[in-house]
Amino acid sequence: MNDAATAEKPVSTSTIIIDDPNMNPIRVAAKNTRVFYGQKQALFDVSIDIPERSVTAFIGPSGCGKSTFLRCINRMNDTIDSCRVEGEITLDGRDIYDSSLDVVELRARVGMVFQKPNPFPKSIYENVSYGPKIHGLARGKAEIDAIVESSLRKAGLWEEVKDRLDDPGTGLSGGQQQRLCIARAIAVSPEVILMDEPCSALDPIATAKVEELIDELKENYCIIIVTHSMQQAARVSQRTAFFHLGILVEVGPTEHIFTNPKDQRTHDYITGRFG
Amino acid sequence: MTEHIVTSYDDELKALAVKLTHMGGHAEKLLNDSIVALQTHDQDLAVRTIEADEIVDRLEEEVEEQAILMIAKRQPMAVDLREIVAAIKISSDLERIGDMAKNIAKRAVAVQSETGAQKSIVGIDHMSRLAAMQLKDVLDAYSQRDLEKAMLVWNRDSELDSMYTSIFRELLTYMMEDPRNITFSTHLLFAAKNIERVGDHATNIAETIYYLTKGEPLREQRPKDDASSFTSADFPQTDD
Repeated sequence: MNDAATAEKPVSTSTIIIDDPNMNPIRVAAKNTRVFYGQKQALFDVSIDIPERSVTAFIGPSGCGKSTFLRCINRMNDTIDSCRVEGEITLDGRDIYDSSLDVVELRARVGMVFQKPNPFPKSIYENVSYGPKIHGLARGKAEIDAIVESSLRKAGLWEEVKDRLDDPGTGLSGGQQQRLCIARAIAVSPEVILMDEPCSALDPIATAKVEELIDELKENYCIIIVTHSMQQAARVSQRTAFFHLGILVEVGPTEHIFTNPKDQRTHDYITGRFG
Repeated sequence: MTEHIVTSYDDELKALAVKLTHMGGHAEKLLNDSIVALQTHDQDLAVRTIEADEIVDRLEEEVEEQAILMIAKRQPMAVDLREIVAAIKISSDLERIGDMAKNIAKRAVAVQSETGAQKSIVGIDHMSRLAAMQLKDVLDAYSQRDLEKAMLVWNRDSELDSMYTSIFRELLTYMMEDPRNITFSTHLLFAAKNIERVGDHATNIAETIYYLTKGEPLREQRPKDDASSFTSADFPQTDD
């Protein structure tokens, strides 16, 4: 989903940052990121540090720019002609908008899972093996088999599909398809996994399974999740960032944002007073 | 504060606060009645007070039920969540205050035939007036969300503590003077202890108001002046 903001230039674009002494080292850092769709500015000077091996949630009303910002992190916005990104976003200290950077390689390091499960119209096996193959991450069938199995295991799907790896991925249930997409994303050993409302098309049980999976994956990956469910953000994330009208309003430890937010807009949004 | 998008949410929060205020009124009345019953040996009033504690108990159940239902239904966040948690905590303090009053009323029934108790009741009267004021002020602070007022209550509790300590010493003296004083002195001692506990619950409520308005618990140590736990009985020296 594309949260293209149509906001006028706001007065203040400053962010309230609540420090967390226990925060892991920074994996992704953005400095004064601005995004334009043609003449319209969708993001205003977003600066944020995103730690590794933890879950960072982006919340905010529709059109606030959270998905736009998420899509900057693996340069998905490059695919939109009118879209222009300014400022700096670094992955492990390296500018991802540097002209010498290979976008294909970037997207292998920064995987993405979308709102609607979108498996390739291929077998379950091929869905997972495709990435490692084209990125040359494995030599020979045995190695690819091993990657497929370990990815499906990490995605908590192996037990359910191990006897029908050749069935089409599209034949799985919605929740299974989403976990297949997560398996496909982790098959190329990314460092960062972006999730754009990964559970909004799933029922509560499938949602719980994906959340359980996110909880396990955070041990090894930097996960950034955009969600409309504040309860989900509260449950799965360690840090939460609140966006409003293209501004990153407040970012801090999740328990802080949901129990005692500092900014009035954050407060009004999470308590259901506007949105 | 701006209102919720869902107006019934606001209605429910308001209803919860109203119920709590209602409950606070009942607890106040119980406390005052129990003291009056103790002072005036009014057995009817004492019995009525004992029975009326039921109302406070029932209100606590209702507050709790509403609060739990709201948590399940609304998934409250931030100030709304604190509001609901505060209601649960305050209602349990008020329920305990009701129990204290009930206990004082029971003792009023027990000491009604004792005559020697008058002079020490003066001390208890003074103490109970302060406790009733503390309760009233903290309930006002809750309904007005007045943190300053709540903190005044919080700081003033040490006065009650020191009054209790002096009543404790006084009653101990009576008991040592004449063993016939022991029955009513013991009852009055427990009554005084109950009043002192009411003060403690009032400070609990003040702390809850702090949490409710500030979003974080009060971490300071409260000034305390209850030395009764360390007071020993100094028996009069005999010459033989």
